[in-house]
Amino acid sequence: MASTATAQQIKNLWKGGVSPFRASYGKLMMWFFLLSDALTFSGLLITYGLLRYSKPAYEGTRDAFVPSQEYWPIPEKIFDGMPFLHGISLPLVFVAIMTFVLILSSVTMVLAVEAGSRMDRQGVIKWMLWTIIGGIAFLGCQAWEWSHFITGSGKEGWGIMLQDGTLFTGANLHMNEYGPQLFADLFFFITGFHGTHVLSGVIINIIIFYQVSVGVMEKRGHYEMVEKVGLYWHFVDLVWVFVFTFFYLI
Amino acid sequence: MDHSHDHEHKETFITKYVFSQDHKTIAKQYLITGIFWALIGGAMSIIFRLQLGFPDMNLEFLRPILGGWITPTGKLDPEFYLALVTMHGTIMVFFVLTAGLSGTFSNFLIPLQIGARDMASGFLNMLSYWFFFLSSVVMFISIFIPTGPASGGWVIYPPLSALPQAMSGSGLGMTLWLVAMVFFIVSILLGGVNYITTIINLRTRGMSFSKLPLTIWSFFLTAIIGLLSFPVLVAAALLLIFDRTFGTSFYLSEIFINGEALPQMGGSPILFQHLFWFLGHPEVYIVLLPALGITSEIIATNSRKPIFGYKAMIISMLGITVLSFIVWAHHMFVTGMNPFLGSIFMLLTLIIAIPSAVKVFNYLTTLWKGNIVFTPAMMFSIGLVSFFISGGLTGIFLGNSAIDIQLHDTYFVVAHFHLVMGSASFFGMLAGVYHWFPKMFGRMMDSKLGYIHFWLTFAGVYLVFFPLHYIGIAGFPRRYYSFTNFDAFNMFTDLNSLVSIAAIVTFCAQFIFLFNFFYSMFRGKKAPANPWRSNTIEWTTPRVPGHGNWPGEIPIVYRWPYDYSKPGAAEDFILQTVPFSETKESNLPHENELIAEEEELKNMKVEEESHGH
Repeated sequence: MASTATAQQIKNLWKGGVSPFRASYGKLMMWFFLLSDALTFSGLLITYGLLRYSKPAYEGTRDAFVPSQEYWPIPEKIFDGMPFLHGISLPLVFVAIMTFVLILSSVTMVLAVEAGSRMDRQGVIKWMLWTIIGGIAFLGCQAWEWSHFITGSGKEGWGIMLQDGTLFTGANLHMNEYGPQLFADLFFFITGFHGTHVLSGVIINIIIFYQVSVGVMEKRGHYEMVEKVGLYWHFVDLVWVFVFTFFYLI
Repeated sequence: MDHSHDHEHKETFITKYVFSQDHKTIAKQYLITGIFWALIGGAMSIIFRLQLGFPDMNLEFLRPILGGWITPTGKLDPEFYLALVTMHGTIMVFFVLTAGLSGTFSNFLIPLQIGARDMASGFLNMLSYWFFFLSSVVMFISIFIPTGPASGGWVIYPPLSALPQAMSGSGLGMTLWLVAMVFFIVSILLGGVNYITTIINLRTRGMSFSKLPLTIWSFFLTAIIGLLSFPVLVAAALLLIFDRTFGTSFYLSEIFINGEALPQMGGSPILFQHLFWFLGHPEVYIVLLPALGITSEIIATNSRKPIFGYKAMIISMLGITVLSFIVWAHHMFVTGMNPFLGSIFMLLTLIIAIPSAVKVFNYLTTLWKGNIVFTPAMMFSIGLVSFFISGGLTGIFLGNSAIDIQLHDTYFVVAHFHLVMGSASFFGMLAGVYHWFPKMFGRMMDSKLGYIHFWLTFAGVYLVFFPLHYIGIAGFPRRYYSFTNFDAFNMFTDLNSLVSIAAIVTFCAQFIFLFNFFYSMFRGKKAPANPWRSNTIEWTTPRVPGHGNWPGEIPIVYRWPYDYSKPGAAEDFILQTVPFSETKESNLPHENELIAEEEELKNMKVEEESHGH
C-alpha cells in the first residue's frame, strides 16, 4: 500500500509526497538488492585476491610453463581449449566468445526494455527470447568450460602421479593438475556462484517472458517488470566482467 | 475499522495475526519473538554464570532441563559451557538486538512516523518476518540435538568451526547454525530493502529528510549498514560451508588431527576473520544505532526541549555509518597483522570516538535545564546514555593496538561490549517498548513496575559488568570454563560470585517487565491519544490504528519534530502537522516565510496506489 503524489510542478523532489528518484518502490528495491549482491561478489573476489598471493607467481617464460603446486598458474596456458579443436592451443578464445555472448544478451535485454517502453509486445517477446537464448548459451559454454577443466587437457608432462601409479588429470575440489589446490577451489566456487546467478536470471527471464507473451504486462499497462529483471541481468553481466578479469586476465 | 480502502478485504485470524502484511502486526511478531529469544539467551547466561561464580556448586537441579549436559558428578559439561556462551552471543546479537530491536521498531515506526499507509511492500515485509521465524526454528532445534549446538564462539572462527571432528559442537550444531544464519540474512536483506525504499519513496507531503525524526534517520542508516555488511557474511559463510562439506581449503592449511595431516593446503583462517569482521563490526552499529535513534526521540520528548544539535546528530550518525566499515581489523590486532596496518586501524577506530562523543554531548545538553518528565522510557534512555559513556570510555583503551595485546580476549572486552553495545541497545529496546506501547496496544504500561524494573536492571547491569573490568585487566581470558584451575585468579572468586548473583537478580527483574507487558496489553489503562505529548505524527492516528494507519487522508507535515517548549506557544509541544500559519505567535522569522509553501503542499494531489498488495 503506497501513496505517491502525481507530481506536476513540484520544485523540490525531496519534500515528501513523491518519489524523489521518480522510480517505483520495486525498482528501488532491485537497485538496493543489487548493491548488496555486489558486496557479496566483492567479498569473494577479495578472497580470491588474498589467497592468490599465498603462492608466488610463475616466473619462467610463457612457453616453458608447466603447472606446479609451488606457484600460481598463468591463465592463458590453462584456458586454451576449444570444443572440437582438440590439441590446438587457442588461449582465452573460448572464454572471449562466452563473454561476448553474455554481453550481447545484455544488448538484447536493453532492446527488450526499449520495446517495453513503447508498449510493443511483439518486440519485447522477440528480444526477451534472444536474451534467454544468450543466457542459456553462456551457461552451456560454462558447462563445457567446467567439464574441460575437470577432465583435464591431456597435455604432455601435465597431471599428478598418484601413489598407486595412475595419472590424475584435470581438477576437482581436492586435487588440481593446473597448480595449487586453491586455484581450482576458487575457480569452481566463484564461477559457480556467478553461474548460479546467471541460471536464476535465465529462470526469471523465462517467467517474465511467459507473462509478457500471455499479455500480463499489457493488461497492467506497463512493462516495468521487464526493466527490473533487466537491471538484474545487466548486473550479472557486469559481475562476469570482473570475474573474467580476475580469473582469466590477471 | 478501515475506511481508507475502497476495497475492503475480509481479515481472517490467519491473515490478521499470523500471515499479516500489516507493518504493525509484523512489528509485534518481531517483538514477541525477540522477547522469547531474550529469555532463552538470558537463561543461558545465568547457567554459565552459575558455573563461573560458584564452581563447586552442585548443578544436579538443572538436570531436568539440561539432561546429559550435567555430568554424573553434578557439574556442567565443559563442552556445553562453550555451547552456552556461543549460543548466548549468537542469540543476543542477531536474534534479540538485530531482529528484535531493528525488526520491531523499524517496522512499527517507519510507516507511522513518515506518514505512510504501510511498508512499500507488505508482502516482502511479511516474508522477512517468516524467514526470521524459520531461522529461529532451525537455531532452536540446534540447541536440542545430542551433539549440542555450535560451540566455537559466536564469531565461528575456523579451523575450529570448519572441521566437524574438531569438537562435538562443530558437527551438526554448526551446520544448523549456518543454515539458520542464511535464513536470517535473507530476512535482514528483505527487511532492509523495504525500510530504505519506504523511507525514500513513501514520506508524506512535507516530510523532507530534514524533518524526519531521528528514529527514522537511525533506522535508515541501520538498514543501509545491514544491506552492505551482511552480504559479506554470506560470502564468508558460503566459503565455510564449502570447507565443511566439500573438503575445499579456503580457510584451512596444514592441520594435523591426532597426528594425521589433513589434505587441505594453502587456505587462510585469517581470511575468515577479515570477512567476518567486515560484517561483525558494522553489526555493532546495526545493534546500536536504532537504540540511539529511539533515545534521541524519547530524551527530546521528555526533556520538553528540542533535541540539541539535530543536524549534528544526523552527521554523527552518517559518520558512524561510514567509519563502521573501515575499522574491522581492530578485532584482529593480535592475529599477526602488520603493526603499521594496526596503527591505521587504531587511528580510524579512535576517530569513531568523535561522532560518539558528539551524540553523548547532544544528549546531555538536551537534558540540560530541561523540564524533565521521568517516564520509565525516559529512565531507560538516560540509562542508555550512562552505559554508552561507561562502555565507550573503555573502547578507547581497546582500540589501541598496543594496549589490546594485554586486553585482547579477556573479560575486559566482555565488560566493554556488554556495556556499550549489549546493555545500551537492550535499554534502547526497553525504552522503545515503554514509549510506544500505547501506540502498539492502545493501553498504558504500569509506570511503578517500570521504575522498579529500571532500577533493578540498571544497578544489576553495573554490578555485573563493572567488576568484569578488574577480572579482565588481571588477565582472565573469556570463554574459559573455570577460574579455579589457576592460582592467580583465586583472589577473584568473591568478585565472580557477586557478578553471578547480580546477573541472577537482573535476569529475574526482567520478569517484572514481562508481567507488566502482558498484563498491560489486556488490562492496562486505556491510553490517551498522545500520552507523552509528543510531536511526531504517529500520535495523530487513532488510539489503535487499523490497516492503513490513518482513516481518511494522511496528514501533511509542516515542521520538524522537535518544537518542544517553543517560546510564545501556548502548549509546550507543537505537532508536526500544525502549519506555521496557525502558530504566528511562536514562529521564528524564517518560519514565517515558509507559510507561503503550505498552500503548495495542500494542493499536491495524492494518488493512492495499492500496488503494495
